[in-house]
Amino acid sequence: MSNTKALDIVNLHAGYGETEILKGINLNVEHSEIVAIIGPNGAGKSTVVKSVLGLLNIISGNISLNGNNIVGIAPDKAIKSGISYVPQTHNIFPNLTITENLEMGAWTKSKGIPERIQEMFELFPDLKVKRNKVAGSLSGGQRQMVAMAKALMVDSKIMLLDEPTAGLSPKFQSEIFRTIKRINKNGVPILLVEQNAKQALETADRGYVLVDGSNKVEGKGQDLINDRNVARMFLGSKD
Amino acid sequence: MWETFGFEFVNFYLIPGLVLGCIYALGAIGITLTFSILRFANFAHGEVMMIGAYFTWTAMVLSNDLFGVPLHPLVAAAPAVLLAIGLFILVDRYFYKPFRYASTIRVVMASFGMMLIIRSFVQAVWGPNQLTFVPGIAKPNELVKNFTASVDMMILVPNKHFWIIAGTLVIMFALSWLLTKTKIGKGMRAVSDSPELAKVSGIDVEIIVKATWFVGGFCAVAAGVFLAMDLQMLETTMGFRMLLPMFAAAILGGIGRPFGAVIGGLVIGLAEELSVYPWFGNGSLISPGYKTGVAFTIMVVMLVIRPSGLFKGRLF
Repeated sequence: MSNTKALDIVNLHAGYGETEILKGINLNVEHSEIVAIIGPNGAGKSTVVKSVLGLLNIISGNISLNGNNIVGIAPDKAIKSGISYVPQTHNIFPNLTITENLEMGAWTKSKGIPERIQEMFELFPDLKVKRNKVAGSLSGGQRQMVAMAKALMVDSKIMLLDEPTAGLSPKFQSEIFRTIKRINKNGVPILLVEQNAKQALETADRGYVLVDGSNKVEGKGQDLINDRNVARMFLGSKD
Repeated sequence: MWETFGFEFVNFYLIPGLVLGCIYALGAIGITLTFSILRFANFAHGEVMMIGAYFTWTAMVLSNDLFGVPLHPLVAAAPAVLLAIGLFILVDRYFYKPFRYASTIRVVMASFGMMLIIRSFVQAVWGPNQLTFVPGIAKPNELVKNFTASVDMMILVPNKHFWIIAGTLVIMFALSWLLTKTKIGKGMRAVSDSPELAKVSGIDVEIIVKATWFVGGFCAVAAGVFLAMDLQMLETTMGFRMLLPMFAAAILGGIGRPFGAVIGGLVIGLAEELSVYPWFGNGSLISPGYKTGVAFTIMVVMLVIRPSGLFKGRLF
């Protein structure tokens, strides 16, 4: 098991129906890592995450979770096998309380739910105070916390985050990146899709740059930040 | 004061309004749940009420023929509820399931077809004519009458109305417990909130769909039996006539809000009955012939000024 990757995607072609969006993705996440996917709009960043979850038509290629092939798995089985997925939008149940949201995250589990909720309240102390409030009444940043805690209710083997900081104020963006680091320190490997390329690469151990459905550049987070081409394309640098 | 206004107002307008409101409320619960969880306006919902009442009638007649004792409608309703729910879970499996990811209008049209199928089936089996549900004159409950008479406020609640109001209250409490305390009930609220997120949270949506038919069907059959108890007779169009006020109640309360539907039902029921009370002068406010227009008016006004309903339901 020690040499298997938490997530390993090999030569993946996938899309909606017959429309191919991913044209040969090769990507992996080690057990202790935070990995970021950055790239321009329409490059297929979110599509990578969705195909891992079984939401898309996989044309060819291989996806494995801890060495187990998960191509063609149904979304509920994917969740049950330990994938914590946080969608970009509509990622909480607004009319359910925070506690109920967490319970829904644990739908596929039958025991240990109250204990897990307590662990989540330790990880996200702000949520504990408001646990009986409906999630729709929270601020954007707190909603994102609920969404992450809800996703972590399964026994996470990997966490997939789809643009977690989109639409948040800079203060909350930094807070989210700090939280991602904290979750990772607790032993959860993380695959992160981000628009906010600079902060994402600063947070991540490694990064992939996706252009037009395939990965063009990969490397250590800091190396990508210093890479002139990457900088020119995504980081707003002028030289 | 009581002699001149109260007696007539309470006994002939308020209590019948409450009873009608209870029936609308129970029916509207199923409509609002199907609308928010299965995403379509179920035109066959009135027929669930109707066929449930016919099953109940059959159980009453059978027990009378076999054992010589006619069952109380509420007892006879127990097997009828199970039969109706079983039937509609089968209908969902073989009739609605292929439409699960089709556009809404197709499912709505399909439900319209289902409405006609059920009504024709009932007409073929039980005949197109009215049937007597409970014979005789409804006497007021003696206990309530004597007690209220002793404090100079004679309230005449027929036993049937007493059962309808009490039964509705029991179902409300059970529903509230189900939706807020059980896993399946919370799951129903979650799917109603966001079906896409429910799917990627690992929630088994097909179980939730079955639970929706179960809860909606249970409330609808209860509404049908209560309606038959109130009218003391059955006819094959009884459910269809309830459809408009029930939709009005669901929209008034906000789609996806079961408790909103209850409030909406009570408001519509009371509004219909109180609209014919002689508020000014001697004549009724509006002619009783226009009573059914009240629900329609409320629905249209609500859709224009606040389409999300009183309790901020979903918009489609």
